[in-house]
Amino acid sequence: MLKTFSKGGIHPPENKLTSAKDIKRLPAPKVVYVPIAQHIGIPAEIIVDRKDKVEIGQVIAKSGGFVSSNIHSPVAGTVTKLDMIIDSSGYKKQCIVIRTDAKNETNFQEIDYPLKKEIDLEPAEIVKRISDFGIVGLGGATFPSHVKLNVKEDKKMDCLIINGVECEPYLTADHRLMLEKGEEIVVGIKILMKALHVNKAIIGIEDNKHDAVELFKRLTANEKQIQVAALQVKYPQGGEKQLISAILDREVPKNGLPMDVGVVVNNVGTVFAIYEAIQHNKPLIERVVTVTGKKLKNPSNFWVKIGTPIKDLIEEVGGMPEGTRKIINGGPMMGKAIKNTDVPVTKGTSGILIVDEDEACRGEVKNCIRCGECVNVCPMGLEPHLLMNLSEKGMYEKAAQEDIMTCIECGSCSYVCPSNRPLLDYIRFGKNITKQLASSKN
Amino acid sequence: MDSPQIVISASPHLHSDRTSKKIMYDVVIALVPAFLVSLYVFGFNALITTSIAIVSCLLFEFLIQKYLMKSEVTITDGSALLTGILLAFNVPAGLPIWMIIVGSLAAIGIAKLSFGGLGFNVFNPALVGRVFLLVCFPVQMTLWPLAVVNNTSIADAVSGATTLGIIKEGLQFGQTMGELSSQIPSNMNMLLGITGGSLGEMSAIALLLGGLYLMIRKVISWHIPITILLTMAVMTGVFWTIDPEHYANPIIHLLSGGAILGAFYMATDMVTSPMTKKGMVIFAIGIGLITVIIRFYGAYPEGISFAILIMNAFVPLINSYFKPRRFGSKIKAKIM
Amino acid sequence: MNESILNSVLLLVSLGAVTALVLYIVSKKFYVYEDPLIAVVDDILPGANCAGCGSPGCKSFAEKLVGTEDISDLFCPVGGNEVMKLVAETLGKEVSEKDPTVAVVRCQGSCEVRPKTTEYQGPKSCAISAMIYSGETDCQYGCLGDGDCVTACKFDAMFMDETTGLPVVITDKCTSCGMCVEACPRDIIEMRPKNKRDLKVFVGCLNEEKGGIAKKACSVACIGCSKCEDVCPKDAITMVNNLAYIDPEYCTLCRKCVPVCPTHSIIETNFPPRKEKKVVKEKKVVAEPSGEVKSVNLTKDA
Repeated sequence: MLKTFSKGGIHPPENKLTSAKDIKRLPAPKVVYVPIAQHIGIPAEIIVDRKDKVEIGQVIAKSGGFVSSNIHSPVAGTVTKLDMIIDSSGYKKQCIVIRTDAKNETNFQEIDYPLKKEIDLEPAEIVKRISDFGIVGLGGATFPSHVKLNVKEDKKMDCLIINGVECEPYLTADHRLMLEKGEEIVVGIKILMKALHVNKAIIGIEDNKHDAVELFKRLTANEKQIQVAALQVKYPQGGEKQLISAILDREVPKNGLPMDVGVVVNNVGTVFAIYEAIQHNKPLIERVVTVTGKKLKNPSNFWVKIGTPIKDLIEEVGGMPEGTRKIINGGPMMGKAIKNTDVPVTKGTSGILIVDEDEACRGEVKNCIRCGECVNVCPMGLEPHLLMNLSEKGMYEKAAQEDIMTCIECGSCSYVCPSNRPLLDYIRFGKNITKQLASSKN
Repeated sequence: MDSPQIVISASPHLHSDRTSKKIMYDVVIALVPAFLVSLYVFGFNALITTSIAIVSCLLFEFLIQKYLMKSEVTITDGSALLTGILLAFNVPAGLPIWMIIVGSLAAIGIAKLSFGGLGFNVFNPALVGRVFLLVCFPVQMTLWPLAVVNNTSIADAVSGATTLGIIKEGLQFGQTMGELSSQIPSNMNMLLGITGGSLGEMSAIALLLGGLYLMIRKVISWHIPITILLTMAVMTGVFWTIDPEHYANPIIHLLSGGAILGAFYMATDMVTSPMTKKGMVIFAIGIGLITVIIRFYGAYPEGISFAILIMNAFVPLINSYFKPRRFGSKIKAKIM
Repeated sequence: MNESILNSVLLLVSLGAVTALVLYIVSKKFYVYEDPLIAVVDDILPGANCAGCGSPGCKSFAEKLVGTEDISDLFCPVGGNEVMKLVAETLGKEVSEKDPTVAVVRCQGSCEVRPKTTEYQGPKSCAISAMIYSGETDCQYGCLGDGDCVTACKFDAMFMDETTGLPVVITDKCTSCGMCVEACPRDIIEMRPKNKRDLKVFVGCLNEEKGGIAKKACSVACIGCSKCEDVCPKDAITMVNNLAYIDPEYCTLCRKCVPVCPTHSIIETNFPPRKEKKVVKEKKVVAEPSGEVKSVNLTKDA
């Protein structure tokens, strides 16, 4: 019996259409739109102006605080304007528009770095570089990585967990990256272990990616400190807390962080970005994006420059299919539906999912039949039906008592509800209000 | 933009294919074997009783929703159909038609729609219908037609008695279990359903078959039915070991009356049972205990319908006291 | 027979006596003193429990009124000046008089002028849809049309207009309690002075985009052209972030700004129809809007 997390969970159809497709590198787009709020925390501050010439990898927006991140120019070119563009949040946000210089060769060079195994930097330098090079969690949450690595003195760390779970249906970005850049990722893991002063690392991979499990077992055969854990396929195993529970059987305390149980979790994409930053001085300016959907002609995985409009990617896979009703930035369980295809790829875009009529529309909402399935599947042990009722009726204090804030918004409850009730919509709303109430009290 | 507009909704963007309708129809399918047995045992009467109950339940739901509540009519969601079937299963075959209709009105009108419809009812509608009839028309409701195996014609209602009725009456008149054993049907007959009783409650084997189907389809979990039966077995077992002359053995108790029908189909009704597994177990233990107490000391020979209704009233309380274990509440945080 | 009558009489009498005693003791023991004035004030207050005053209900507002020395900044919007005057008389305190206000909806983005570009699916609540994106239209400042304000209104003073998809305030019923203002995630509803005969002039738009983008999303959007600012004789109009705002304190309801607005985004209500003059003026505006603007600009420049 394979390991998995302690509570709840669902198993939606996997639909990994692109798991056998190599990651293709796209040519630099003509124009990139780089939002300044690509990470959780304070947006970066723009330090370029209109008509400035920028080089590839140049810092164009500076970190606005501790929980923030630098943003680098993904292309060499000219800043044409500082504009407001709808991003995946659904609102217009400040972003830097850069026209790519078609003559500048660096834009089109295919850089394939040789594998470099020796780690020259000291732990403090590693963290500094990760912070400078704008690396954030690439699993979707986009939490600035240097914050995670800044372990407080009183916390004792003993294990680094690498998240190669990719439990979201459809997405294969991490899977492909693991297969193609396995050795680099192993070096990246060692870098992180050095930075964190831990001597144990475990790579968690769901068993539907058997080839990746085998590959990493082979690669780490001589590394005693690095283990591979094959996990049962269950959503939301990619959630930090669920992954720790699955691999180490430790539960992160309520309102706590993985640090509290001596663990730091990083996504494989992040690990690879860290490898490139430390060993090859490359800031985070591109990432792997899965462009997928059942009706697409040629769903694929791409290396995409940050700031590329999504429509360029859709062109690349054969254009928008007839009858498209929904475009999702991210996976189908936690991704955000976006308003149009001008939305740029950001550091957190792990996939673009194109959905047609059948899957896009929600069913008719009916009465709750109190079947308790939402309670069964909730990985956090909450009662979604109750939380929904409480936030619908405005009883936010009661909802807070019922631990509404611990909800990880995985959407399992809404997924299973036989009456199509918008459980997560209301819970998210309740969380929002509770957060506001808490901050207004302080 | 092109004419079918882009849809925006919050995550998740996927939905499982489980719907409340499918759940209801799964329960209906699970009840088919038991119905076939009663058709075999009671003949045409079973068919008439069941169809009258179904039709009147659907009709009352339609009329009340359309003309009284002026709300959306939801007769296609399968819940009224299920209530009708379960009501029919809980009354004697051959009950006067007008009584069935009154029972349906009590089930749908009083127990279900006056609380706000599907999902809001506190008590199991079919059981409210049955208990309503039992209290109003005790004679007719305990006039059990004899098994008329292979007789497809409408049999005259001939008064028989249920296993539990025989035991109760006998013990009251000072007879011992030993003396009564010749009057009650054999275990095998009770398992198969060749016995007196309500329309759908006699055949333990058919009901168990349906219950198994529900568990495989994950409509119900094992917690409620198994706990009820276990509680009943343990409690009757204790009494029986102490005084076998005045208490029937656990096998008779489990196979007779509505124990299995109640445990698998009535108590597991999602709306009126607790949400968490812990709560379900508490709920089921309560039902088991109350059933046995009524069987031993109550005025009625059978008590599972009352037991379920009583425990239904405790469900909100159980729900608020027995919460699922929150993730992260594990105290140990071992760091090596 | 007699005995049974006697028994039951005795039983009932003793039961009654015991319970009366218990009730008496309890009522003495747990007696809580409450200022009788609170009840009097509570009676004067409208009893709507709307929370428009800031207190959770009329009773607690009455306690606040009785308890605080200076009640001049406390005000019951529902009862208005009359009720406050009565309260002041009862308590012997001073109250300040306030102009009655009424809620106005500052968005005219009906389905016709502001085309929908996406379809929202989910709970019908502005607060929830505002959380996930900017709304079904391309305007991220305007009304979302899910009617949170209507739900919040406890006085039946609002309804959703089916044809425009926008909320409408029934000014006669509006008590200016402010619940709708709080409910609206976009701050579209504003409390403005009711003035005489409910005359109001206000900008019916909140779009802060540049003119072109705003106009593309909604044809009656304020495009930030400043024409109204220039024409206003009392400097009541200010332009912030490409958006005009009419300050009710300075506005004299002269209505000069209304016809100059090229997108008709300034709303006037309950004015008598402009007689001969109005027709001419409107024609003029429609026929040659640029001409008039020029003249205005010229005079200002000069």
